[in-house]
Amino acid sequence: MDKFTTHTGAGVPLRRSNVDTDQIIPAVYLKRVTRTGFEDGLFAAWRNDPTFVLNNEAYAGASVLVAGPDFGTGSSREHAVWALMDYGFRVVISSRFGDIFRGNSGKAGLLAAKVDEKVVQKLWDHLDDNPGAQITVDLESRTVRAGEGPDAIEDSFDIDDYTRWRLLEGLDDIGITLSHEDDIAAYETTRPSFKPVTQHA
Amino acid sequence: MGRTLSEKVWDEHVVRSTAGEPDLLYIDLHLIHEVTSPQAFEGLRLSDRKVRRPDLTIATEDHNVPTLDWDKPIADPVSRTQVETLRKNAEEFGVRLHPLGDAEQGIVHVVGPQLGLTQPGMTIVCGDSHTSTHGAFGAIAFGIGTSEVEHVLATQTLMQDKPKTMAVTVNGALPDGVSAKDLILTLISKTGTGGGQGYIVEYRGEAIRELSMEARMTICNMSIEWGAKAGMIAPDETTFAYIKDKPEAPKGAEWDQAVAHWKSLVTDEDATFDKEIVLDAAEVTPFVTWGTNPGQGVPLGAAVPSPDDFEDADEKIAAEKALTYMGLEAGTPMREVHIDTVFLGSCTNGRMEDLRTAADIIQGHHVAEGTRFLVVPGSAKVRLQAEEEGLHKIFLDAGAEWRGAGCSMCLGMNPDTLAPGERSASTSNRNFEGRQGKGGRTHLVSPEVAAATAVRGTLSSPADLTLVEA
Repeated sequence: MDKFTTHTGAGVPLRRSNVDTDQIIPAVYLKRVTRTGFEDGLFAAWRNDPTFVLNNEAYAGASVLVAGPDFGTGSSREHAVWALMDYGFRVVISSRFGDIFRGNSGKAGLLAAKVDEKVVQKLWDHLDDNPGAQITVDLESRTVRAGEGPDAIEDSFDIDDYTRWRLLEGLDDIGITLSHEDDIAAYETTRPSFKPVTQHA
Repeated sequence: MGRTLSEKVWDEHVVRSTAGEPDLLYIDLHLIHEVTSPQAFEGLRLSDRKVRRPDLTIATEDHNVPTLDWDKPIADPVSRTQVETLRKNAEEFGVRLHPLGDAEQGIVHVVGPQLGLTQPGMTIVCGDSHTSTHGAFGAIAFGIGTSEVEHVLATQTLMQDKPKTMAVTVNGALPDGVSAKDLILTLISKTGTGGGQGYIVEYRGEAIRELSMEARMTICNMSIEWGAKAGMIAPDETTFAYIKDKPEAPKGAEWDQAVAHWKSLVTDEDATFDKEIVLDAAEVTPFVTWGTNPGQGVPLGAAVPSPDDFEDADEKIAAEKALTYMGLEAGTPMREVHIDTVFLGSCTNGRMEDLRTAADIIQGHHVAEGTRFLVVPGSAKVRLQAEEEGLHKIFLDAGAEWRGAGCSMCLGMNPDTLAPGERSASTSNRNFEGRQGKGGRTHLVSPEVAAATAVRGTLSSPADLTLVEA
C-alpha cells in the first residue's frame, strides 16, 4: 500500500445522502475473480443517467469525492472500496460513514475523511461554482483545504489514530503483521513436528 | 485457575499479544476453495507477496462444481472461470490442489478430516462459514472473509480478539432413531440464530461423548447457524481412532507424542465458562424446520406454528413472512407437508455414516411418486467408498439419483437447484429464502428423516415406514 501523507486533486460533488454499498457497486459485479477492474461497476445504475455528476466532463479525472451523510452503509462488500479506488478516487469526504465501509477503506488505502456537515456544504458550493477545482487533504495535519483568498475553505477532519498511522506509514493489515515477521518466524520454530503438513519433500 | 479447551488451544497459538490490540494468532491449516480465494491471490500478486506456508495450505473445488458430467468442461462460464482461476493460482503459488476428477476432491470440510489433516489442538480457517465443522476434533476452526484469506496466505496468522467461552452440556442419551442433526436443530430452535454470537462453544456431556466423529462434525458444522464463532468437542479415544492411519496422520513416535498432547486438551475441572447451556438428550425427537432460518424448527410430530405462538413482535413478523414464503398454513401437521425433492449431502450430512444410514432405511423401499431423491456424496472418496459398499445400488434401485461430489444443492451455485415454489427436505444447513434456488422452499432434516421422507413423499421418520409396504 502506498503511503498517504497529503493529496491534492479535483473534487466532485455527490449531492446524495445514504449512499449504500449496493449503490456504490451492484451485486452483479461481484462475480469477478479479480481484485481490480471494478471501475465500470462504480455507481453503475446512476451512471446510466446522463445528468449524473460523474458523467459531467467538467469533473473528469476527479480523485476527491464529496458526499452527503451516511456514505457506504449496508452490505459489507469490499468491492465498494475497490470500485472507488479503481475509478481513481483517493479520498471520500462525508459527515458520516458506514462503519464497515470505513474499516474496509482503511484496509485498502482509501482515505475516508469525516468532516462537519457544513464543510460538505461549503465544498459542494465551491465545486459547483468552480468545476474542476482542486481540494487538498492533508492527513498529517488532518485538514481539508480548497479555494483561495477570503472565500478559502480550511477545516479539520476526523480519522481514528490507528487508521491514520497505518495510512501515513502505507501499511495494510498484512504489512503491519509482516512487521512482526520475526515473532512469526520465532513461533514457527516452536511448533511440534507432529503437526500435519500438506506437502512432503 | 484452570482453563477451558478453547483457551488452551488459543493460548498455544498466540504469536504476539499486546494490550489494546487483538492477538496475533498462528494458523495451522488454511483450506481454500474456488469462490472466496480469487481476489486474495490477486491481492498477493498486486503486492508482490507469496504464500508464506504452502505446506500448511490445501485447496479443492466444491462450491461450483457439477455433480453430473464432472469429467466434461464445466458448462456455466462463471463457474468454469472461478474453477480455472483456482487451478491457475494453485499452480502459480505452489498450493496443493485436489481438482474435480481427483479421488481426494470434495467439499473442503469433508476433505480435511478424511485426509487426516484435521487434528486436535489446531487452528483451522477457510473462506467459508462452515469451517466450524473441524472443531469436532478439538480444533479452533472458523470461517473468514476474502481479505483475511489473503492475510493468512501472506502471513499464516490472523489478528483476532479472543472470543468468550460457552459450554453446551448434553446430558443423558439420545433416543433410538434420533441423530446429531436433530440435536443441533433442537438447540438452535432454543437459542435462536444469534444465541452463540461472540462465543467459542464447547459441546460436552454424555450424549456428545457417545457420538461418532462424523456425528460430532454435524454438530460443530452448524455452530455458525446459531452465530457462534466456533464450536469444539474435546478429543478422546473416538477422535484418536478416527485419525489413526489417515494419510496425513502422525506416524510412529510422532503419533505417540501427538496423542499425549491431545489428551491434555480438555477443559480443566476448575475452569469456568462465560455462559452455560444444559440440554437433556432424552427429550430430543426427530426435528425439522418449518421457516426460513435454522432456528425456526419444530419436532416432526408437531404442527406448523402460528405467528400468534410467538410473544416477541419481531419473531411474530418473521414467522408471518416465513410462512408466506414457505407456502405453509399454521396448524398443518409437519408430517403432512409434501416434499418435491429430497437432498442428501453437504458438509453437514454428506459423509459415509449419513449415506449408510439413509441406504439402510430406504433399502427395499421405493422413492414416492412425485418426489425426487438426490444423493450427493460429500467427497469423491465418500462416493468411491459408498460404491465399494454397494450403497449406490441401493439408492439407484430405490429410484434415487446418485451423483458426483460437491456442495451441490446446499447452496445451488451449480446446476442442482430448486425451481420456484419447489419444496425440499434437505440434510444441509441453511433454509434461507432462495438458498437452494430462487423461490425454493427448504426444510432442514436429518439423513434418517430425509430417507423416510423420500419413501413417503411427506416429511417422515423411519418409524413411519412400517406403514409403507416394503
